[in-house]
Amino acid sequence: MSSLLEVRGVSKRFGGLLAVSDVSFSLEEGQILGLIGPNGAGKTTLFNVVNGVYKADGGTISFLGKDITGSSPDKVVHLGLARTHQIVKPLNDLTLLDNVTVGACFGREYLDLKAARAVALEVLQLVGLADRAGMIARSLTIAGKKRLEVARALAAKPKLLLLDEVLAGLNPTEVALMIDLVRKIRDGGVSVFMIEHLMQAIMSLSDRIVVLNLGRKLAEGRPDEVVHNPDVVEAYWASRTSSTS
Amino acid sequence: MILRRPFFYIILIIAALFVYFPLRGNNVSLREDLILVAIAIILASNLNLMIGYTGYVNFGHIVFYGLGGYVGLYLATVRGWHLVLSALVAGLVVSLCALLFGLLILRLRGAYFALATIGVLQAVQAFVSNFDPWGRSTGMYLSFESYQPLGGAMRALWITYYLVIAVMALSMILSLAIKNSKFGLGLFAIREDEDAAVVLGVNATVYKAIIYSVSAFLPAVAGALMFYKNGMIDPSIAFEFMLSLEGIVMLMLGGQGAVMGAALGGGLYEKLRSYLLTSPTLSNFHLVIAGGLLLLVVLFAPGGLIGWLYRLVPRARKVIE
Repeated sequence: MSSLLEVRGVSKRFGGLLAVSDVSFSLEEGQILGLIGPNGAGKTTLFNVVNGVYKADGGTISFLGKDITGSSPDKVVHLGLARTHQIVKPLNDLTLLDNVTVGACFGREYLDLKAARAVALEVLQLVGLADRAGMIARSLTIAGKKRLEVARALAAKPKLLLLDEVLAGLNPTEVALMIDLVRKIRDGGVSVFMIEHLMQAIMSLSDRIVVLNLGRKLAEGRPDEVVHNPDVVEAYWASRTSSTS
Repeated sequence: MILRRPFFYIILIIAALFVYFPLRGNNVSLREDLILVAIAIILASNLNLMIGYTGYVNFGHIVFYGLGGYVGLYLATVRGWHLVLSALVAGLVVSLCALLFGLLILRLRGAYFALATIGVLQAVQAFVSNFDPWGRSTGMYLSFESYQPLGGAMRALWITYYLVIAVMALSMILSLAIKNSKFGLGLFAIREDEDAAVVLGVNATVYKAIIYSVSAFLPAVAGALMFYKNGMIDPSIAFEFMLSLEGIVMLMLGGQGAVMGAALGGGLYEKLRSYLLTSPTLSNFHLVIAGGLLLLVVLFAPGGLIGWLYRLVPRARKVIE
């Protein structure tokens, strides 16, 4: 049986910079796969290649056994691969309900407007934004916008959800709520592939973790294996002493 | 679906009033005033589909109107087709052209797209000015006999008027229908953030090309009707860049994104313009005033008249769309 997501030897180059280099891994159905690495390791670029925002310069990506290398993001969503953005992209002048309805309308099930609204309300309930459904997205706090990102992606009824740093910028209470939400999503039958900097969170959530450094896959395995991997420790310490950010 | 929107009936009432007032007492001068108002509403409403709904500023929107006028007049005079058929075919031909232009220039975004739309206008104007069958830069004239199929010039002018009012009503109904559809939601998503829209599954390339083409149809039909009524066409009046710019002023004034905003802006601006143009002291100032108005709107009421109304009476959003 093939995996849900299969990434084979994927590379992405920006001019002289090899942002992602020959990365391979696979993700099994029902799993939460974590993606970690120092700043600039190529995590978000890898996400962008997987969901089709960028075209891979090499390698193949298959999802549900279909080759999706080079497919545009809107086609990838229809197959059931949705994502959130690290830098939130709310549809500012639309209500939360409309934001999430867009996700449902154009997602995997390609619902009509009426059915999409019903799904949108359900999802807003799930992420705890139902009481603000009529608000304009612009007026949300950052924590609210992060949840809106998740809601929109969920409304597409994906098989696999890519979460790009949904915990960044949240306070401890909000982090706890979001971790809870990610578990709920997985228990609802959606596999999750997530980038996260918050180590405790990713360690406790993930079934497996992939570590990237300078565009290359450094390590892969269970969370406890990965933290004790000498290469990983080295990469994190080295980057922390040499970078200012 | 659309029959359940209260605003649908408001549109019908507006159209009925446009028909009723000039008809009462056979008031020809009122009819001539109102036909210009209706044309302004048609242009502003369809421009709204691009600017207000999709977030793409089209500076060359008038090209659809002028091209429709040329195709329509050519079919009606040279080919001797019936007016209604000529106008509909003109609409289809121009929509098809728009689809081709759109696929070419809609790869551009923001200011680059806006510039390209000016290019389209200039290119079409240059082409028509050198196109022999359409009379190059002297244009085409309608022979008086062309009004015969409609029962003579007098009747033909009334019939044209009703048809223009019908196109006006259709423009507003089209805007309303799109606003309340899945297609419209996709357009709004593109307007707010195109990259996000694509990641959410909206096929932005196709959506943009379709709306650009759709926004060309009714203005082209209106152009065919209007130039038939006027009896002549030439490149400088068919492709008047200033009118294209004024369309944008109308939208900003009335409130982009709202069906009523486009209509209100179009109607009010046209009334104001004809008042200024006929006033002996102000006749050369109408563009100065248009510029001033635009400045005031952008600075103090970015949502236009409708945005201002929505802020005063938030519930109005549900009725006046």
